Amino acid sequence: MAKATFEVPVLSQYPDVPAVTPGTMAGSAPFLSKPEFQAPLGFPGELVENWQERAIEKMGELLTRYRSLRVYMDACVKCGACTDKCHYFLGTKDPKNMPVGRQDLMRKVYRRYFTLAGRLFPNLVGAQDLTREVLDEWYSYFHQCSQCRRCSVFCPYGIDTAEISMAAREIMDCIGVGQKYCNEIIAKVYRVGNNLGLPGPALVDTLEGLEEDVFDETGVRVRYPIDEVGAEILMVTPSADFFAEPHVDGLIGYGKVFHEAGVSWTFSSYASEAANFGMFIGSYENMHRLSQRIREEAIRLKVKRIVFGECGHAWRVGYSFLNTLAGPWDFLDPRYPVPQHICEFTHDLILQGRLKFDKTQNDDKVLTFHDSCNVARASRMGDTPGGQFEIPRAIIRATCNHFYDMDEETIRDRTFCCGGGGGLLTDDLIELRVKGAKPRMEALNNVMQEKGVTHMAAICAICKSQFTKVLPFYGMEMDQIVSLHQLVSNAIVLTPGADDGDEDDDDDGATDSALTPGDEDDDAAD
Amino acid sequence: MPFLTGLYAFLFYFAALVLVSGLTYKVVQYSRTPAPLRIPTTPAPTTSSGVVLRMTREVVLFESLFRANKWTWIFGWLFHFGLFLVTLRHLRYFLNPVPAVIEFIQPFGIYAGFAMVVGLVGLWARRFLVDRVRYISSPGDHLMLALLLLIAASGLLMSFLLHTDIVSVKTFFLGLYHFDLRPLPADPVLLLHIALVAVLMIIFPYSKLLHAPGLFFSPTRNQVDDSRERRLVAPWASRFERP
Repeated sequence: MAKATFEVPVLSQYPDVPAVTPGTMAGSAPFLSKPEFQAPLGFPGELVENWQERAIEKMGELLTRYRSLRVYMDACVKCGACTDKCHYFLGTKDPKNMPVGRQDLMRKVYRRYFTLAGRLFPNLVGAQDLTREVLDEWYSYFHQCSQCRRCSVFCPYGIDTAEISMAAREIMDCIGVGQKYCNEIIAKVYRVGNNLGLPGPALVDTLEGLEEDVFDETGVRVRYPIDEVGAEILMVTPSADFFAEPHVDGLIGYGKVFHEAGVSWTFSSYASEAANFGMFIGSYENMHRLSQRIREEAIRLKVKRIVFGECGHAWRVGYSFLNTLAGPWDFLDPRYPVPQHICEFTHDLILQGRLKFDKTQNDDKVLTFHDSCNVARASRMGDTPGGQFEIPRAIIRATCNHFYDMDEETIRDRTFCCGGGGGLLTDDLIELRVKGAKPRMEALNNVMQEKGVTHMAAICAICKSQFTKVLPFYGMEMDQIVSLHQLVSNAIVLTPGADDGDEDDDDDGATDSALTPGDEDDDAAD
Repeated sequence: MPFLTGLYAFLFYFAALVLVSGLTYKVVQYSRTPAPLRIPTTPAPTTSSGVVLRMTREVVLFESLFRANKWTWIFGWLFHFGLFLVTLRHLRYFLNPVPAVIEFIQPFGIYAGFAMVVGLVGLWARRFLVDRVRYISSPGDHLMLALLLLIAASGLLMSFLLHTDIVSVKTFFLGLYHFDLRPLPADPVLLLHIALVAVLMIIFPYSKLLHAPGLFFSPTRNQVDDSRERRLVAPWASRFERP
């Protein structure tokens, strides 16, 4: 399907660090956000008149708001530890995609306006005025960062480029230079309820269709409820799960797990989106507003627990920030952490021996697992550090007979980003996405050659959408990427309910295929 | 040599003032800036004692750098550990009587001086030999290495070839405590050595040397991974709280 207007990198068996080739990605920039998407987020519609002054002022404000930014602007010694760690540098060779190169775009402005050395000796310390050229560079290169935090693992001071690119994007939004993909999506959540702009009735239809499909296939009536007041669990999941492939197969799996657990649960048509793009643009205000929707629905639906579906950055916001942004959660059942990840939920049931699996159902696949960056490096599952690595793998081992990890250097906290995270999952950045996927594609290709791996499981909607699109560029099949709960769904042995013998002729629900768009899953994802 | 003595006395009073007040300012600024969201790089410790252990490994062993790049780690660690021992060794010029530990460390301090030089040369070589590191190096980075290397080299020169009157040196520094200016030997190597140290002290709070205090304030390293258990609301963010 893929016809590239750029050169797709050649995969090599051993990771090689390219020679720096300045400017290879200087021309890459996402579409600008239009005024109608800026306004609902509280940003000016277009570049304001006194933008330079406003930007410096905003930067000063952020320096007093975020200790991370304050310390990270000062602490870098240019040791070079991060220079070969970013997947975008490895894939594009552009030195401004080295974490330190990207950070310095902001650091040189910081030095000029906020440090003595930069005011007195700008050339000596590499300080520079915030000019239109610098702003354009910011726009290009801070939208070539997927905020995956791989650099922060290796930096001796823990400098996290994600924090810096978030701040840069917030500054740009505040002077009217927003990025279309992120801001349009946030505006859509405010207007309709989810990233995809799916209205409530469409969700209801989709879920009814899924119930019928599952019943036809298994003979067991698994429920996919929505807006049910009094359910025990509120399930919040990326909206791509409602219809895009392979995401929806994971959603089917969630329902089967809840069915076997015997708990009541529900989606919400209002909080029908787990993703929180407020994080990608660094906006605390928007992140807060998006998170409040989950709180409102938890109260309205009178639930006792909140569970998140397979979405990397949603889980980061859920795990790390939800308590701050939308807590306290003292009205929920204190026996469970808020929120829980669906993998934690499934894993607990496996440990209790309450799920039965027929592993042979997945025997057509040899699996590997892609650690999604926001899960791996910015969250946890379970009680012990590193649970986010072990729990998904334990679920795969429980549901599949054939599993092999990719090279140690490319998994767990050293995992490579899929290349589409951080608000970059848009067609205007396809060259960046393909090139940024190179390190992950190499590791995958190696286990395919050495171990006969056929499929890669992931627990992030952006990863799944990105790989679906990018795999064909590297000569692989788009359906090699699968949802983790798709494996659960395949292998789980369902317990029939009392009325499962009856045939239900209520056949008016739309099927999910009616909603599946053609080639536009990017805008749909997450 | 009253002029030289007076000049150097003034230089060290000034350098000490800049170093202490500058660093205090920065440390207060870092500690007063809120960290509104939990952002530890995971897997992260779930307890405070775990964080202390993690930070100790970072400070003493440069754990993250070890994972990142072995060459940078070897040279970086040699330099810093050498500098640490050399600094301890130099305490004998500033303390009277000299504590037993400092006495004990004297011979190691000499080798540590060589370790410093090896480390610095290795780090500097990377700035020419590795194209990525060459790309990110600014004149300031080279000057910093030159400064440290000159300090180390002039120090070693005095230890082995051009000895200076260290008793007078000690008298000079001890005298500074009481504003009692004692003559400083007019050896060019000594004067260069301590002038460069004063320069280092002066630029410390305004340069990338801030990585030293900065490390302790880095949220990705010093935060406890307990966001589901403990709620955190920064003062500036509390205006978003519901009434």
